[in-house]
Amino acid sequence: MTAFNHVQTAHCESGVISNMFRHYGLQISEPMAFGIGAGIFFGHLPMVKVNGVPGTTYRIWPGAIFSRVCKRLGVKMESHKFSKPEKAMQALDDVIEKGIPVGMLSSVYYLPYFPESYRFHFNAHNLVVFGKQGRDYLVSDPVMDTTTVIDPESLAQARFAKGFPEPKGKMYYPVSVPQQVDFAKPIQEGIKQACYYMLKIPMPQFGVKGIRYLAKRVKKYPEKVGDRRAGLYLGNIIRMQEEIGTGGAGFRFMYAAFLQEAGTLLNNNELKAIGKELTAVGDLWRNFAFSAGRVCKARAADTVSYNELSNMLLHIADEEEKVFRRLSKVKF
Amino acid sequence: MKKDEVPQDGDNLHHGTFKQLFYAVDPSGEYAPVSSIGWEPENVALGQAWEEVEQRVNETRDRVLAGQLSPIAYYMERTLLDLPLLARKAGKFQWQVKRHMKPAVFKNLGATLLARYAAIFSIPADALQKGKLVPFKRPQ
Repeated sequence: MTAFNHVQTAHCESGVISNMFRHYGLQISEPMAFGIGAGIFFGHLPMVKVNGVPGTTYRIWPGAIFSRVCKRLGVKMESHKFSKPEKAMQALDDVIEKGIPVGMLSSVYYLPYFPESYRFHFNAHNLVVFGKQGRDYLVSDPVMDTTTVIDPESLAQARFAKGFPEPKGKMYYPVSVPQQVDFAKPIQEGIKQACYYMLKIPMPQFGVKGIRYLAKRVKKYPEKVGDRRAGLYLGNIIRMQEEIGTGGAGFRFMYAAFLQEAGTLLNNNELKAIGKELTAVGDLWRNFAFSAGRVCKARAADTVSYNELSNMLLHIADEEEKVFRRLSKVKF
Repeated sequence: MKKDEVPQDGDNLHHGTFKQLFYAVDPSGEYAPVSSIGWEPENVALGQAWEEVEQRVNETRDRVLAGQLSPIAYYMERTLLDLPLLARKAGKFQWQVKRHMKPAVFKNLGATLLARYAAIFSIPADALQKGKLVPFKRPQ
């Protein structure tokens, strides 16, 4: 059986990167992977509804962090999708037989070991299978504190969940990992890309503009959709921001941790200082979640509180814009 | 967020069996991962989401018992699916699944299709055919 050094992380995608690369001798922390992959983002998409509730995201779309990190660090991955569960499970068996840990996409709804209250239909969860124990598979799920096992039927269901995005049994594993990597250039590229996504996308739903866009809509929730739905909409914003995998405050703390680590590594005090500023913005996000949680709990929607929440978001947008403008001007 | 500000609001949702990781600043100003058993706003939001599911399941159950809908509608809510998702899983068009939610149409569904639905809902096929409504239990 392959020994796999499992370390619990906050977010599944950056966590799998960190755990998997370490297996091949490439040390990279979770925040570093998140930063090089330019994982930080904001988007509010009222048209994309999840169970009738508008979608909000605090990070880039699933899979992007992984592919960017591989490209920037020169890691070569092998990746497969399948049409039939039988084939997908056979391919998995073949690879782990060789002692290679395999990363894959899954739906948390079908993971029996996952905390029950989180088991909604979320299809882009990354985990690593590193061996077998009788029929069962040994799993290193980055958001769990220890390794676990899963039965083949559940794993097959999780890998072939329907909906968006469809995992289609996707599995991946590195075929060539460099032992020594100079992080300087990947860090710069990651930061440049993050700034572009936060500041320059010419659509109102994305980046800093997206936060303002959300602010405008939150203000109108009570009159537009009524008490009950307004509460649900707010609840979803909180969940996307604070549920497992975010590292706190919708990935803001994780990205701040990256800036500080990068600042130390490159001996760049400006990066460290910006990291501190982003930490302050993260605290603003937490205050927002706290107030929004109180509004949810109160149930009766009063316009005053929704106005206040909207103003909090506008303030966050201003502060976050300052942080990323400053970050975009950093000299390396 | 400072290390000592990392929330530790247990709420029985995970019975203390699950801890998540946050990044927080330690006294020297460096970031370090800290585990947390939960935070009040997230607990509220999660509880609210499950309450919504529960309410929809109950409403649909009442309509099935009143003879307005078939058990397919009930089990769709119980497995947290919606119409587009269920249709994708069943390999049918949405209008077809909608039809199967009519009690009169449901009565005449073939064994193969019933078995396919039952597998999606993780219940025995004969339970589905007999219209047994396995109760929904939200995570406590």
